[in-house]
Parts: sequence; structure tokens; C-alpha cells
Amino acid sequence: MKLLTCPMNGTRPLSEFVFGGEYRQAPDQDTCTDAEWAAYVHNRSGAPGDKKEWWYHSPSGTWFIAERNTLTDKVTRTYLLGQNNTTQEEGK
Amino acid sequence: MIFRTPKQAGEWVNRTKKINFTFEGEAFSAFEGDTISSALWAAGQKVLGRSFKYHRARGVLSLANHDVNVLMTDGIDTNIRADVVEVKEGMVLTAVNTSGGVKKDKNSYIDSISPLLPVGFYYKAFHTPRRLFPFWENIIRKAAGLGVVNFDYPRILKRKTHSHCDVLVIGAGPTGLTAACTAAEAGLEVTIVDENRQLGGSLGYNRAGDSSVVSQLDILLAKAANMPNIKVMAGAYAAGYYPDHLIPVVSDSGINKVRAKAVIVASGAFEQPPVFRYNDLPGVMLGSAVQRLIYRYAVKPFNNGIVVTANDYGYRVALDLLQAGTKIVALVDMRQTGSAAYSAVLAKRGVKVYIGHCVYEAIASSDKSGVRGAVICAYDEKQNIALTDNKFTLECDGIAMSAGWAPAGALLYQAGTGMQFDYGVEQFVPSRLPNGMFAAGKVNGVFELEQRVRDGVRAANDAICHLGLQAPQNEAEKHVGISPSHPYPMVPHPKGKNFVDFDEDIQIKDFVNAAKEGFDNIELMKRFTTVGMGPSQGKHSNMNAIRILAKIRDLPVEKIGTTTSRPFFHPTPIGHLGGRGFHSHRLTSLHDWHQANGAVFTDIGAWKRAAYYPAAGQSKEDAIQTEALAVRKTAGIIDGSSFGKIEIHGPDAALFLERFFTGVYIDQKVGSCRYVMLLDESGVVVDDGIASRLADDLFYLSIGTSNAAAVYREMQRSQQIWQLNLGLVNVTGAYGAINIAGPAAREILSTLTDLDLSYESFPMSSVRESQVAGVETRMIRVAFVADNGYELHAPMGQIPHIWNALITAGKKHALRPFGSDTQRLLRLEMGHAMPGVDTDGLTNPFEIGAEWAIKMSKPYFIGQRSLTILAKRPLRKQLVPFVLAENYKGEMPMDCNLVVDGRDILGRVTSISYSKYLDRCIGFAYVTPSKKEAGSVFQIRVDSGALVAATVIKTPFIKTLKGA
Repeated sequence: MKLLTCPMNGTRPLSEFVFGGEYRQAPDQDTCTDAEWAAYVHNRSGAPGDKKEWWYHSPSGTWFIAERNTLTDKVTRTYLLGQNNTTQEEGK
Repeated sequence: MIFRTPKQAGEWVNRTKKINFTFEGEAFSAFEGDTISSALWAAGQKVLGRSFKYHRARGVLSLANHDVNVLMTDGIDTNIRADVVEVKEGMVLTAVNTSGGVKKDKNSYIDSISPLLPVGFYYKAFHTPRRLFPFWENIIRKAAGLGVVNFDYPRILKRKTHSHCDVLVIGAGPTGLTAACTAAEAGLEVTIVDENRQLGGSLGYNRAGDSSVVSQLDILLAKAANMPNIKVMAGAYAAGYYPDHLIPVVSDSGINKVRAKAVIVASGAFEQPPVFRYNDLPGVMLGSAVQRLIYRYAVKPFNNGIVVTANDYGYRVALDLLQAGTKIVALVDMRQTGSAAYSAVLAKRGVKVYIGHCVYEAIASSDKSGVRGAVICAYDEKQNIALTDNKFTLECDGIAMSAGWAPAGALLYQAGTGMQFDYGVEQFVPSRLPNGMFAAGKVNGVFELEQRVRDGVRAANDAICHLGLQAPQNEAEKHVGISPSHPYPMVPHPKGKNFVDFDEDIQIKDFVNAAKEGFDNIELMKRFTTVGMGPSQGKHSNMNAIRILAKIRDLPVEKIGTTTSRPFFHPTPIGHLGGRGFHSHRLTSLHDWHQANGAVFTDIGAWKRAAYYPAAGQSKEDAIQTEALAVRKTAGIIDGSSFGKIEIHGPDAALFLERFFTGVYIDQKVGSCRYVMLLDESGVVVDDGIASRLADDLFYLSIGTSNAAAVYREMQRSQQIWQLNLGLVNVTGAYGAINIAGPAAREILSTLTDLDLSYESFPMSSVRESQVAGVETRMIRVAFVADNGYELHAPMGQIPHIWNALITAGKKHALRPFGSDTQRLLRLEMGHAMPGVDTDGLTNPFEIGAEWAIKMSKPYFIGQRSLTILAKRPLRKQLVPFVLAENYKGEMPMDCNLVVDGRDILGRVTSISYSKYLDRCIGFAYVTPSKKEAGSVFQIRVDSGALVAATVIKTPFIKTLKGA
């Protein structure tokens, strides 16, 4: 089983986590066009590579961001949203 | 006749302890420590099993679980791997897959008609006519398969255990043992695993007649035994590789999941057979099997042996045979070069060596139970053909064969190791290892003993550095000199029976035929010929298959590639995998009461809920209608403790709800309740519930059971993004809930509380905090199942007290409990659509007529932007309440039956039920918007295909139909 490092609780087995989809910045809903909004809601890039993803550590209720390469399944960093500039222990 | 060698150092058998067992009805004796096969072979029993397809007599091949020539049953268990399973006192064994015993298997006639059964025969021959397939299938199913499954097999669940280590070393040969000691000396916690009962690997048996290596092994074993930080798992195999170095290690006692920080794979190599006609006869065996027989089990493999080899290893085997007292009739070397290192040694021992020759075919004894000789002839190593002009026959009772090796690289492959073909050793070797994985020894293409030991040290040092400690960086070992494997050790024969895969009886010509049919990719060829698909999973056959395909296609071996390696390394008993279940479920504090009162339970989300309470002999349908009638006529009570319950504390609580749900909460009065509906970003309805404002800065949210965990999760995510000034508390398990509903509900409840329950002071959609039966309770007036309903939320532990007080107080009103199935009917009668039941993953709020719950003028809520787009579009479907005709007695439509108009699908039924109270079939269905008005009639196609007319009406059903 894969291991994932929760920024609050450390390295835990994957069974404690819930995948929350790719992290994407929503366009400004007041100024974007319908087409831009629809693209945000419905389109995903399926191309493998480095992705920012939402993950949820279920026992503690912690949502965080994991930077993961979906081709190699290697997680390079995990951090709380908005704290990606601070020094984080590198996720395994 | 007993074939035992004199006592020798390092043997695994205990000669002082005799063991008695039977095989095929005959009594045998063994020494303690013998495997079933070694004991039988020592007793002169040569036919130990029958092959899968042609029922050919088979004996020892690898003696290492790299083939399944010998599978046995003890009457309880089946497919016992006799060549590695230790024989036990009193065992009663028979070979599997025989008809009438292993010696005179009646199915052995199949061997003589084998030319009629080429690969692909079954796929093609029985395909048409289809109506005859069941007939053929019955025959094929009986013919296929090995042991017969014992359906009375005792259910023995094995415990799953976990362990952790710094370095896991797989394989305890000289390489692995050295690596383990090196890592342990650096202070690391080391686990070493080996599938053999005793450690040492080839160092215990690859002696070339010189038993001084035993002392080298003893020194290594003593060193490892003296290290307290080395944990040994013998008789256990590393079964697979899972991410982040999780390796299940399987033994008789179950699975141990080892989580390692680094893994050193020193798993060695499988010996590969040279391929010649009748290479499968009992008595023809791999060189390493010969050595295992001699040195582990003290068995003399045969009296007059021929050694056929395509590498130097066969010469070493010949020396071991001489040591065991076997007379060597000839050593046949398929190479033109012979062996610089060993030819002279053997010549000095009087062994006749034939260079550039091959065994053209082995000759079966008259009863086909063994080998009585071999036809030898010259071999053209360039074209890989036998030159039969001057062939001659030598008599013998056994043939030892060596041709090369295939890496035991299953776990390396599974971990994603890049492998490349190294022509220096004619073998795939790791070229790009994943982080934290290391390979050493034969699996790494290193064969000389001193080099393997150095490679073990090198791998351990690499692992030590990987773990952040200091260690010298050693240069990788590289094999020098003659290749330990022959590039193409195959001898074609016009009559075939030159076996590549002994599990599946696959010959060279089968590959040629498969390629002719177009299956000339290794993965396709595997599936068409079934090579490597038998129980030993290609351990002795995959490399030769790759070589044959490369030759057929005239490509280099590395262009052919390998088939995909998957767990498990050996077949693993289901009982090991199954074990105990760990599916948790949640029980309410009233669970015991429900059980005592005959409830039937249903799983909703993680919860066990009482679905209904049937009286003795009462049907489900009757029980539900009885409970529903009680709610309509007097009162009913349901345990709602599983409802999702979330508290939102803080000054921004109302603002959070405004953003999270579709409605308005800023101006919600303390003490009042409002409906909440959650959408996703695409505007699809996710869930709904009730928000009760208990204070300016405290909302108490109650939502459905099944989706509660997911909704709470999404609330947490939104709060993480929005960073509002509030706290979320999931009190689902802390609070229980009871819903008491029906005309008598208020009167019953009033006996237990001082609160004024008059409709004026406690109106619909309001919340009060007061004591009920002496317990502080949050009381919410809801109309989910009936107009007069009270949800009572109190600490979970106090719920049974309140429940019992209500039951007692309600006795004279015929109050009765109802379950969640009844609740579904009651809410339908009330006309409430349920998200997840009456909506699906595409339903937007306009389609269920929920515009009233949406405040589009708010600055923001989840799904708002999508609704602005959806609002501009015409509706495609609409959820409508409907009734079937009065006194409808036909086939009952079911959930998901289609609403049709001729050949067009207009929608589907989402909920439907007969209501005894209304004496009508009522339900919800999606229809085209043109049929949404009350009075519209549409057709439902039931399972039988018949059409049932339904009429749209207005909700609540009870009001429309009964005026209640």
C-alpha cells in the first residue's frame, strides 16, 4: 500500500486518505464567459505528468495539496492550501 | 531399492528419524526433512505425477518449486507441491490429474493422439456449432485443471501480521546473507526472507564435488545468527511488490506484510532446461535438481547418468554426481568450445566428454516410466540444428541437464525496474532500479561466488547510503568469461515432444504454429500457446519461449521483451488472502433494542439501520404498511441517530451556509429551521437537509444518513479554501435522534416535556431546546414523514432513555416503531423527493422543481455560476409525482422502469410504492417537460414489456388524494 505524508499528521498509509480530485483555480465567476466556466467545470487534462491534487486525511479531517506525478505516482510535496511557499518536509 | 548417499556435511535430512507415509496406496519410508519427492525418488519411485495435457509420466525436474511436474493430494488439500513440501508421518498421498493412478493413468492415451491436439485446438474446434458447446465444455472442463477442489476444505483463516524493517533482503543465498550482514553491521534493522526451509541457497549444493564450501556457508550463517538486528524468515516467500516497499511474505502461518525502507533483491535465478525430445521423462532433470537431491536430501539421483550441458554448470553437476557415486556415461556439451575450466578435470576422472554434441532425444524405458538411454549426435550451434548423420545411442538411467538461467526478477519487474538484456550473461538484468530497490547476485547477472559476495556487500552499501548513512561506494560487479547461459539451447526434432513448458506440455512446434497464426508478440503468444500460464508461471519456460520467438521472428531477444510479472510469486491460498473482514459499521445506541424487537436491518452508509419490524410470519410489505398506517392514524417513532449532524460555530456561520448551500441564512431567526440544498460546481444536486439556528453564531445541521460523511468532508474543504471565522464539528456520532410523528405525536411528547408544544408557540420549521424525559434535547418540528413530527436530538447515550420513555408514554396511543424502509414510503406519501434516490449524478435543481430553494441573487454559492447557464436552457426532463389507476392490480412498475412514448424514452421511475393508507400506487418519475402538468398521462414500460398508464398529480399525495 502506498504511503502519503499528511502535512499535519505525517506519513500514513493510503487507506487513511480520500482523493479529492485535481486542484484547479476557478475562473472569476462574475467575469468569465459561460464557455470558460463550462470548461472549468467539465474539462480535465488527462495527460499524465505533474499535478496538484486535493487529498483528505480522513481520521483528522485535514485537506491538503499533494504534488504528484501521475505517470510515476511519485509525490514530491504535500502542504496545506496557501502554505506552499513555506518549507515543507518533502513527501515520500 | 534405496538410493541414498553416505552421510555428508550440510544435508537437510535427519537420518535418525524415520517417517512412514503412503503414495498411491504403497507404503514408503523417509527421513525427517525429506520432501515428498525426495523420499519417493530415494525409494526408486520415478513416476511421481502426470502432466497436465498429455498425461505424460513425470518425475523430478527442478526440485525447487519452479515446475509442477509433481502435484499431489492428501485427500484434504490438493495441488501440494511435492518437490518442496516436507513429508509428514502418516501422509496418504496420491498424484492429481490421473485416471486410475499415476502408474497406469488411463488418460495417457492422450499423449499418443497429441498430434491431433495442436495449440489453439480448443479455441477453434469447439467454437461452432454453438449448441454443441455445452457438451464439449463439460468434457473440456473435466480434462482441464489439475487437482480436484475439496469443497469440504476446512475454513482456516490465517492471521495477517505486519512488520517493519530498514532493509528487507529477499533470498538468503551467499549474496543475500552477505548483504544482510553488511547492512546489519551498519546498525540497520534487517529482515531476510527465503522460501527454503534452510538458508544458504546454492552455496549449500553447488559444490562441484568439493564440500569445503559448506564451511564457508557455516561461517556466513553463524555470522548472521549472531546479529541481533537480523530477523530471519525462512520457509516464507516474498510474494509480490506493492508501492513504497510493502512486501507480503507468505508462509504456512499466513501473510506478514513487511514495510521496508529499502529492499535488496538477491533472489537468484531459475535454472532453464535445454529443449530436446523427451526431455520430460522421469529421470531427466535439471542439474541444480541433481545437486539438491544429493546434498540436501542425500539421494543419489541415478546410477548411470548422462550430463547434457550448454554451459560450465553441467560440468560442476557431473562432479557432484561422481561424488554421489553415480557413474557418468558421458558429458555432452552443446557448445563448440567445451569448458576450459572443467574439461580436463572431468577427463582426469575418466568421464567421456562430447564437445559440440547434443542429446537428440531421450529414450523411454519400455513402460515409459523412466529413461533407458539417449541418442547423441553432433550439434550445429550456429543454426541450432542436430546433425544426425552419426548419431549414436548410450544407455543410462538418468540425464542431468544444464543450459542456463533466468533471473528470479518477479519483484523487480513489479516494482517497475527497467531491465535490459546483457549478452555477456545472456540474461535480462536490471538497468534502472526504482528508488530504494537494489539487486545483487545472479538476479543482477553476477554468477561467480566471490563476485556474488562482493555484489551483496555493494548492494548493502548502496542501501545504507540510500538510508542516509555513510558507506563505501563499491563498483558494480560485472561477469567476465563464458556466459553462464546458452543463447539457444534447443534441439529441433521432427517428431517434437521437445518440451519448453512442462506445466502445459508445450513443445517448440507449438510456438512455430502460434507465430504462423499471427500470434507473434510475446503477450499474444503466451495467451495462445498458454506458455507460462501454468501454476509455475513460466519460471522454467518463459526465457526459452522468448528465445524461440526471437528466433522465429529473427529479432534480438531484447526486442521481444518479457511478459508482465504480477503478484503472487507462488500460488497463495485463498485462506491466507481472505482472513478476517475489516469493514466497520456503525450502530446506534438503540441497536440492541431494535434487535430485541425483531427489526430487520439494512446498511445505509456506514450505519446499520432498522428497516422494519415484522411481526411473526408477517411479510416485509405488510410490516411496512402496518407501520406506515400507525404514523398516519396514531403515531410512530423512528431511530434517526444515523442522520448526519454537523454544528457550525462562529461569527461567520451564517455566511458559510450562504456560500455552501443554495438558500438564505443571514436573516434566519434563532429558533427557526431552513431547508438546505447542496449542489456541486456543475449545478448537480448533491444532498439536502435542515439547518436549525440555535444562536447567532451556532447552526445545527441535520442531513441524510448515506451522504453525511461526504457532505462534512466538502464543508471542511470549502472552509479550508474560504478560511472563514468558524469551526465545524461533526456530531453525527455524539448526538442521536428520534423522530416521533403522527396525529398523536404532540400529545405523547407533551407528557415528557414542560415545553409549550402548541402550534402557535412551536410552529413548523422551528427548533427549541428543552428537556425531554429529563434530558436536554434539541427539538425540531419537521414534516418529513407526517405533518406532525418532532425530531428529538440528544446525546447518543441518552437516546434509549428518551426512546423508552416515549414508548411507555405512547402505549395508550398505539405508538409503534417504524424503520427506514417505512420512512421511505412515508416521505413519498408526503411528496418529498430524496437526493440520491429521485436524483442522479446529472440532476439539476430545476429538474426537480426546487427553484424555491435557490437564491440566485446571493453573491456566491457553490453551483451558482452553472445554474445561470442552466437556467437559460430549456429543461430536458422534469421530476413529477404520479399515481397509477385506482385499484390497479397489474404488474407493479419498479424503480428505474422506463417512461416511454412509442420507441422514445422520456424518462424513468425513481420511486414507486403502493400506499395502503391511500390505497393507491404512487411514485416519482422523470418525464419530458411537456408532460409535467397535473393530469398528464404517460406510459411506464414494466419488466415484462407491458405498458402501464400513470397520471401526474400534485403533491403532497396525502393531501391531493385524501385531503389530509
